[in-house]
Amino acid sequence: MKTVNLKVKRFDPATRKSKFQDYQVEVDDSAAVLDAIIEVREYQDETLAVRCSCRSAICGSCAMRVNGHAKLACMTKVSSVSPNGETIVVEPLGNAEPVKDLVADMGPFWAKVKQVQPWLKPSLPAPDREYIAPQEAMQDLVGAVNCIMCGACVSDCTVLEVDKNFIGPAALAKAYRFVGDPRETQTARDERLSQLSKYGGIWDCTHCYECVQVCPKDVAPMERILDIRRAAVAAGFRDNNGTRHSDSFARSVKHTGSLDEFRLLPESLGLDDIAAQLKFVPTALRAIAKGKVPSPLHHKRPGAEHVTRIFDEMEKE
Amino acid sequence: MRYAYYPGCVSQGGTPELFTAMKAVGEALGFTLEHLKEAACTGAGVLQERDPELGDTLNARTFAMAEKRGLPLMTICSTCQGVMGQANYRLKADPEYRTFINKYLKPEGLEYKGTTEVKHFMWVLVEDYGLNRLKEHVRRPLTGITLAPFYGCYVLRPSKKLGYEEHPRRDTYLEQIITALGATPADYSGKTRCCGFPILTMNRTNSLRMAGDHLLEAQETGADAMVTPCPLCHLNLDGQQPEAAAVRKVQLNLPVIHLPQMVGVALGIEPKALGLNKHIVSTRAFAAKVPA
Repeated sequence: MKTVNLKVKRFDPATRKSKFQDYQVEVDDSAAVLDAIIEVREYQDETLAVRCSCRSAICGSCAMRVNGHAKLACMTKVSSVSPNGETIVVEPLGNAEPVKDLVADMGPFWAKVKQVQPWLKPSLPAPDREYIAPQEAMQDLVGAVNCIMCGACVSDCTVLEVDKNFIGPAALAKAYRFVGDPRETQTARDERLSQLSKYGGIWDCTHCYECVQVCPKDVAPMERILDIRRAAVAAGFRDNNGTRHSDSFARSVKHTGSLDEFRLLPESLGLDDIAAQLKFVPTALRAIAKGKVPSPLHHKRPGAEHVTRIFDEMEKE
Repeated sequence: MRYAYYPGCVSQGGTPELFTAMKAVGEALGFTLEHLKEAACTGAGVLQERDPELGDTLNARTFAMAEKRGLPLMTICSTCQGVMGQANYRLKADPEYRTFINKYLKPEGLEYKGTTEVKHFMWVLVEDYGLNRLKEHVRRPLTGITLAPFYGCYVLRPSKKLGYEEHPRRDTYLEQIITALGATPADYSGKTRCCGFPILTMNRTNSLRMAGDHLLEAQETGADAMVTPCPLCHLNLDGQQPEAAAVRKVQLNLPVIHLPQMVGVALGIEPKALGLNKHIVSTRAFAAKVPA
């Protein structure tokens, strides 16, 4: 047995206020954080609210922040987050309103999932029996299918912290599950990619890897977002700053071996988008004043011809 | 302390003071840095997004150059470190994949055998050089100065592919270095979050909100400056600080210094020789506070 010190963030729905409360419980050496929380609820404080069900990392109900990062409390060993008896700080999921104590409101989470229309839109007419998909075509979707909708990725998403309009990592990973499904019609797929390429969609992800880090099922939502970006660009949805940025970046590296920072910004914004360009004028003027604007004469690095060759060969294949 | 040196594109472009500072600090600490001038851009995650194998090939080419010299690879950019670290993880783990990638390197007479170590200067200082040894070189301890660490995503996540199993405390190295130099690290939740730079051209408002939030939180700790090992974070946190303040409707005046600049100041190198005069947010008050 070991002693666990818990600092639990509690939310009172009557007063709409949160406060931390300390608890101390005895648990088995192999206990999970959820075991400690249940120990508190069962034997010390029955008013403590926590949502959990399977206790086997399958249902996804007990996702919460443990020491500042989203985790499934049932699969997080006390010994892993408190190796020397340190206090464990437990909070409800981030980027969600608390309902009570450790129970977060998942309503907005499910609304985002519904927003990506998480159902198959197959070719018509329907076949006599089930739709058959070759196994190799589905292999790529295994990661996305593993999602248990626990909300850990949404909790720690850095974009959702500043913009609730972002569809978010869980819903976008779910969207990839259908974008990548060979049974979906071309029209349905294009409609999805068109919607996902708009504001709040795939190009708003900031590449921070928080969702990859906290996902308990290795869905790697950010990687799935990048999968959708590739699919969208390949399908011709290229009129956006994300694609322009990627094209400009690749062009300069391919031909010179290094990034041409001088051209990257204007080319990403679109050379004809004067309003967007003007917003960056003060930044550019300040940089000029400090003598730190990249040279407009972008020279080739020695050996750049090999970089060009590698691009050519791999693009051909 | 000899390394194949990969400074990255931004330290030779938008943040030239970082390149200058590393040169001065490297000389003061006795580093021999062999600049790999033929190495290409890492792809910064952007090329990997278009074509993961292309990104890994460009990085395998860089690793092969270092391997040929029999040297570990050192960078001064968190983004380069993360992208190269993940590429190296894949290339080391899968000999068949390495063979596939190597066929694109062969015409140049290169082959990557999977032995190169890739380390950010921050990791080199703690793991190779040693903080006790660093302390011996400190001429102007940063006593009385509070510094807010800002890591940059790519040296933190995904930890499984960035050597955290072998070095689990890599997410505390900035604080350890700050402390070793005599300063006090500020603690705030934003230190491991995203600066917003990757979406600056896709969603400028969100990008500036992210930068503004972390700067404000750091400033409210009473920090004299923020310190970062990532030049891309620096472009947003320093270069866009006036815009970030405007978007968040707050007053921001927090100098953001590069890791080698912080080390250099403590080693007694003159601020100008470290490029501290090249910043958008003035570093004068910070430099003036360093005990003589």
